Amino acid sequence: MKKIRIGSGAGYAGDRLEPALELIEKGHIDYISFECLAERTIAIAQKAKLADPSKGYNGLLEHRMDKVLPLAHKHKVKVITNMGAANPQSAADLVSRMAEEKGLKGLKVAAVYGDDVTDKLDKYKDTIVWETGKPLAELDGIISANVYMGIDGILEALKNGADIIITGRVSDPALFLAPLVYEFGWDLNNYELLGKGTLIGHLLECGGQATGGYYAEPGKKDVERPWELGFPIAEVSEDGDCIITKVEGSGGVVNKDTLIEQLLYEIHDPSSYLTPDCIADFSKVTFTQKDKDIVEVKGATGREKTDTLKVSIGYKDCFIGEGEISYAGPGCLERAKLAAEIVEKRLKLTNVKYDELRIDFIGINSIYKNSERKYNTPEEVRLRVAARTKNKSDAAKIGNEVETLYTNGPAGGGGATKSVSEIVSVASILINRTDVEAKVVYKEVQ
Amino acid sequence: MKLWEIAHSRTGDKGNISNVSLIVYDIKDYELIKEKVTADLVKKWFKDIVKGEVVRYELPQLGALNFVMYDALGGGVTRSLALDKHGKSLSSYLLDIEI
Repeated sequence: MKKIRIGSGAGYAGDRLEPALELIEKGHIDYISFECLAERTIAIAQKAKLADPSKGYNGLLEHRMDKVLPLAHKHKVKVITNMGAANPQSAADLVSRMAEEKGLKGLKVAAVYGDDVTDKLDKYKDTIVWETGKPLAELDGIISANVYMGIDGILEALKNGADIIITGRVSDPALFLAPLVYEFGWDLNNYELLGKGTLIGHLLECGGQATGGYYAEPGKKDVERPWELGFPIAEVSEDGDCIITKVEGSGGVVNKDTLIEQLLYEIHDPSSYLTPDCIADFSKVTFTQKDKDIVEVKGATGREKTDTLKVSIGYKDCFIGEGEISYAGPGCLERAKLAAEIVEKRLKLTNVKYDELRIDFIGINSIYKNSERKYNTPEEVRLRVAARTKNKSDAAKIGNEVETLYTNGPAGGGGATKSVSEIVSVASILINRTDVEAKVVYKEVQ
Repeated sequence: MKLWEIAHSRTGDKGNISNVSLIVYDIKDYELIKEKVTADLVKKWFKDIVKGEVVRYELPQLGALNFVMYDALGGGVTRSLALDKHGKSLSSYLLDIEI
């Protein structure tokens, strides 16, 4: 029976590169997919594209492709990635130029786009935004609007012989589901198979999170050589069942527990995982250890897709100003608390406007707020003050008031830092599927 | 005993919603966590963090529960003032519950 092996080359935009190269060289894989586009990353990429129309793709694209292209060409591995971000066409131009310089004749690079729906928002002015509960028309400062597309564009590129496929916004599982549909000729109305393929995409899309990354707990959940973590491979059968494994001898671990953690990662109702291609049902999934680092996956299914697609709208939201300073030794917590009081009073006296202020004592309660919890006296503590403001100058004053604690605050404050961030947030609406059409362009290396 | 002794966990985030899994090492302990670790208990445990409701999903064949916590991330990952904007470390605090 025909089997297809797909590797996961990245779990996020800035991920390690060596595991991907190891997969191409030693993983006996047919495809490698790199998921590199978090929810608001595309809005930030859109800002880069507005500043320079030839930019707006993943900043590590060139760095990755420099190593990936020759290896993928040599080992006949097809590459699929959403590193195109806000500008898949420019990304494909760059990659085809790089391939030409490397003499990779005949290599076909495809750009998949059509996810930018900014010009369609007018139709949806009255649509209620999920995050704000208000109509879209009331959302100011919109930078970008990208719809989560399904497998259509990638599938078309594969049918036309593309070797390297660079997309904008598509659903993360689509990067893995598309080659399965193509290779096995799965019927797009067979939702059980699409559900199985979606599960494979979901398990692989976060790279090392399936193979012992983000997992270790010394003494309880030990992971072999996490510094050489191998990324996951799915070996998939025509019926959609698969095994998950990694390159033999690489670091990490694949067992039922690494996979259950990843199965439920960013999942709400396990029986209804909405994607552009189907509603996947993971509620009956089973994992069976077959051998060391080889786990069999069964039991996913799916239902018919919805008539709508999700759009992520990036908008200029606010500023966040932050400052931190440390205290140590006897009485450190009391001095940190006094420091916080001083900063709060100073912000009031100097009339700094903010929408929300947060005070953390790092080492005590910066992660886990619980008003009833009793704490032991720490040996050192770091004060952190953060506030959300409407303008940049107020945001800057937050960190400044922390910094002036050096010469004006309690005894022994050290290591002050400050920062100001402009916050681009993401709002979501649903639009009709019929408003979206995937487009594909190709570049063949001569 | 702490949940940490018999179970492990991972957090995921989507907008202002956090989901935290709870997975037993030994399937024999599943009924115990199913009985003890209710959505109400989790809501009370995270009362100073989670402003919305907590919904629990059960996956008995995997020995796992999935808690979906609404209005849990200080307004959402992008605009939260928290140090851990994604709430990723909430999983470890869930394991601190005594049963």
